[in-house]
Amino acid sequence: MAVNGPLVTCEVDEGREVLQNEVAYVTCGGVPLKSEVIRIRGSQIDLQVFESTTGLKVGDEAEFSGELLSATLGPGMLGMIYDGLQNPLGELENDQGFFLRRGQYLPSLDREKPWDFEPLVRAGAQVRAGQYLGRVTEGIFEHPIMAPLILQGIWEVQEIRPAGRYTVEDTVAILTNVDAQVRRQVSVTLKQEWPVKRPMRVYEERLLPDTQLLTQCRMIDIFFPLAEGGTACIPGPFGAGKTVLQQIISRYAETDIVIIVACGERAGEVVETIREFPKLEDPKTGRSLMERTVIICNTSSMPVAAREASIYTGLTLGEYYRQLGLKVLLLADSTSRWAQALRETSARMEEIPGEEAFPAYLESRIAAVYERAGKVRLFSGATGSLTMIGTVSPAGGNFEEPVTQNTLKVVGAFHGLSRTRSDQRRYPAIDPLISWSLYTQQMRASLNTRHEQWVDLVQEAHDLIFRGSEIHQMMMVVGEEGIGLDDLVIYLKSEIIDAVCLQQDSFDRVDQATSRQRQVSDFGLLMDMVHHEFAFESKEQAKSSMTHLQNLFFQLKYCPFEGDAYHRYRSQIEAVLRGKGASHP
Amino acid sequence: MIIEHSRIVRVQGDIITVPASGITYGELATVKSRSGLSLAQVIRLRGDDVFLQVFAGSRGVSTGDTVRFLGHPMQVPFGDALLGRIFNGSGEPIDKGPDLRALPRISIGGPSVNPVRRVIPRGFIETRVPMVDVFNPLVESQKLPIFAAAGEPYNELLARIGMRANADVVILGGIGLKYDEYLKFRMAFEDAGVLSRTIMFVHTASDPVVERLLVPDLALAVAEQFGVRGRRVLVLLTDMTAFADAMKEIAISMDQVPSNLGYPGSLYSDLASRYEKAVDFDGAGSITILAVTTMPGDDVTHPVPDNTGYITEGQFYLRKGVIEPFGSLSRLKQLVIGKVTRPDHGYIMNSMIRLFARSREVEQKLAMGFDRTPDDERYLRYGRLFYERFMNLRVDLGINDALDLGWKTLAECFQSDEVEIKQEFIDRHWPA
Repeated sequence: MAVNGPLVTCEVDEGREVLQNEVAYVTCGGVPLKSEVIRIRGSQIDLQVFESTTGLKVGDEAEFSGELLSATLGPGMLGMIYDGLQNPLGELENDQGFFLRRGQYLPSLDREKPWDFEPLVRAGAQVRAGQYLGRVTEGIFEHPIMAPLILQGIWEVQEIRPAGRYTVEDTVAILTNVDAQVRRQVSVTLKQEWPVKRPMRVYEERLLPDTQLLTQCRMIDIFFPLAEGGTACIPGPFGAGKTVLQQIISRYAETDIVIIVACGERAGEVVETIREFPKLEDPKTGRSLMERTVIICNTSSMPVAAREASIYTGLTLGEYYRQLGLKVLLLADSTSRWAQALRETSARMEEIPGEEAFPAYLESRIAAVYERAGKVRLFSGATGSLTMIGTVSPAGGNFEEPVTQNTLKVVGAFHGLSRTRSDQRRYPAIDPLISWSLYTQQMRASLNTRHEQWVDLVQEAHDLIFRGSEIHQMMMVVGEEGIGLDDLVIYLKSEIIDAVCLQQDSFDRVDQATSRQRQVSDFGLLMDMVHHEFAFESKEQAKSSMTHLQNLFFQLKYCPFEGDAYHRYRSQIEAVLRGKGASHP
Repeated sequence: MIIEHSRIVRVQGDIITVPASGITYGELATVKSRSGLSLAQVIRLRGDDVFLQVFAGSRGVSTGDTVRFLGHPMQVPFGDALLGRIFNGSGEPIDKGPDLRALPRISIGGPSVNPVRRVIPRGFIETRVPMVDVFNPLVESQKLPIFAAAGEPYNELLARIGMRANADVVILGGIGLKYDEYLKFRMAFEDAGVLSRTIMFVHTASDPVVERLLVPDLALAVAEQFGVRGRRVLVLLTDMTAFADAMKEIAISMDQVPSNLGYPGSLYSDLASRYEKAVDFDGAGSITILAVTTMPGDDVTHPVPDNTGYITEGQFYLRKGVIEPFGSLSRLKQLVIGKVTRPDHGYIMNSMIRLFARSREVEQKLAMGFDRTPDDERYLRYGRLFYERFMNLRVDLGINDALDLGWKTLAECFQSDEVEIKQEFIDRHWPA
């Protein structure tokens, strides 16, 4: 009865039951358009349509499915490229071979493909939601098949099928409930459904994230570390290198599964991932990176309502893999576009706006999204984790805006990119003066296994960077003549840390990723330099010696770890540090 | 089926409301008023109320005027016959050329390209503007804005690129163009003899505001059709800030809550759905977009340039009549530099920019009253040459000539060991 962009209002018969967030299909010229109930006012139902509404007219029918917007979960998701509603993009039919045609909803999993199933329980066993009934082998993983996650209470395995080949639709087990009055049966297939907007809380307990998630990006791992099951946000103005940083993290992070949600960003960036990942090798398994990756892709020109759904779809997939006892990393680029989708819908519903016209519930929605990350102990005793990194694209690069501020309240680490650093070509442009990580203290014990005083050393280096920046500011005002020799040396030391530790060349094969072992070893050498008491006679001498030293460190970082060249430069640095610093050849 | 209605119940801004049933969302209509016939588009349905955005504006529309619904969304004729033609913001020819009504018509504002059907761009578009080709090359399928304050010669630059770029089809979308500027574009294309590969959609500043909204969609819909047929299309849009301002007007008339400086919350999505039409079709042609975004108050954090910067793949800054080498960026340049272009390209680019930065520093130093050294003289000389030979927009040079001139310029000012270029390239290219 009303159409306003992607918002459609329809009227239902008196007394008909309608579910909030229920999926409905609005028929437009014979094509069903998927939509979601977002507001109920008496018999008037507001739907957000996940496709273009061009061609709809008053009087067109809407059909309610009675089901919440759900994701289909099971073997066969790895390596897939989905849209925000989990349609496999590679299998859609395209108009003129290229253009997305609306109204196509394909099964998310291949229905034909057989999987080798092996049962793990016997008939008569008592199970509950999430318990492993059997397993299939999917590429490099053992993919457990769980009792449906939506089940409540205790169920008995009435029947379990023998080992063999089954498709995702075949029944592999039948369960009956034990503790309820009315006997009910459910058949278990390799796949199951989960409503995307409901957090999956099928575990024993949530654990404190206290283990590091290695990204192989030095600035993050050493100064602002991430925890397994933690959350982080990367805000930054355009051109500061958010995308490159995310791509590097998605390649080198030490996790089992990476889920990339390209939410309202450029299609070109997704294309790079789609085309490059199959060719790249996962350093851990030696297989293609694509085999551990799922891409959910709702780029900026795809319908806005589906953009809102895409983050939830990604989270649901992530939670599912966490149930399998895996380490999952979710990268959402960008949460600002997701928030803008909320804003667009809210404006069309004529809700009273909050700050910058974002809806008043922005804060709670952001919090709810990030809270779905976490490390958990499953009923089986195993642990799984879902780590989430969201990028934020603040208007004008100003971090005071609502999305950045509300995100900062709920995340555990903040990697703020700055225009100043990117203009100076100091990449990654994470600003060490404003970024923070709550996990440094939380993971103190596990970080100190790198070195008994690791956390304190890092703190010392961080303080030196602050001090160096102050001295630099001073030099800008009074010139180099106005500061003392000691201060100059502190400044030069901080510049070395910046150049060889904070800055990392994403396009260099060696420098783009630094292993844990190398981080410990190189950072130790760097701190030896920091602790070394140089005895310079003049500022000129200090500058030339330190430039020489900086160049040695610089060459070192481009040499493959433990190679000949690496050892050569390392021993040259050690030789300098044994003297008093005046060592220019 | 064509339905006619003649009761307009509400006129607000350029939006009129007509009671009607069976009307589809996005449908086109004509409004016949005493000031003539205008197209209008359905932008909202509410019960039996149909909200239409009148392209010619609502001035002179009376409550008794006739509205005819055409039963289809906005369309534009398509075919090779479009080449060399000029259209207004409603897609009507304005050049007294032959009738195009026999051509098939295509809908505008179509769906997005399936991301899996895109390829990583590999093509280099030579513009013969050295600041573009050498320092921030344009890559096929790229979308790049030119950020400029009012008064900068952005249209001149766009016209030059339109004339010289090696694309199969050039489509110009003029949004709120001054009439003089439109004439200049036309004359420039005529003089250069490239009108036959050019299509112009022109909305001039004196035309109704709402018509602005259609120009990018018309231009890009036509571009898409050429693209899927294997042509390499270059779309030039000027000025996207005028487009955003028209959207702001409509949003306010529709009582939408503004988000930032009066612009609607959907500004990002609205701009993105246009810019994202830039694409390299897997196995067919491509669309490249070069668009002018004027910066009100020369402020890059203004919502229009800011949102644009997040969408596009880099930007050019036009300041004081030249493309600023610092701040301008082509994010895709790594895909072609040294791969499609000559292997020395990347080295000469970096070295020249680094030395030019140095020459700017020297200028600043001298401006502060420090003494001039012989070394400074060299840098100043280099800075002058760089400006004359590369930055000056009048320079018309192919990429290889520009690279050779780069080597020559370096050799005139510096020794070969001062320019930080790999020895093998010095050996090959350094002028004796």
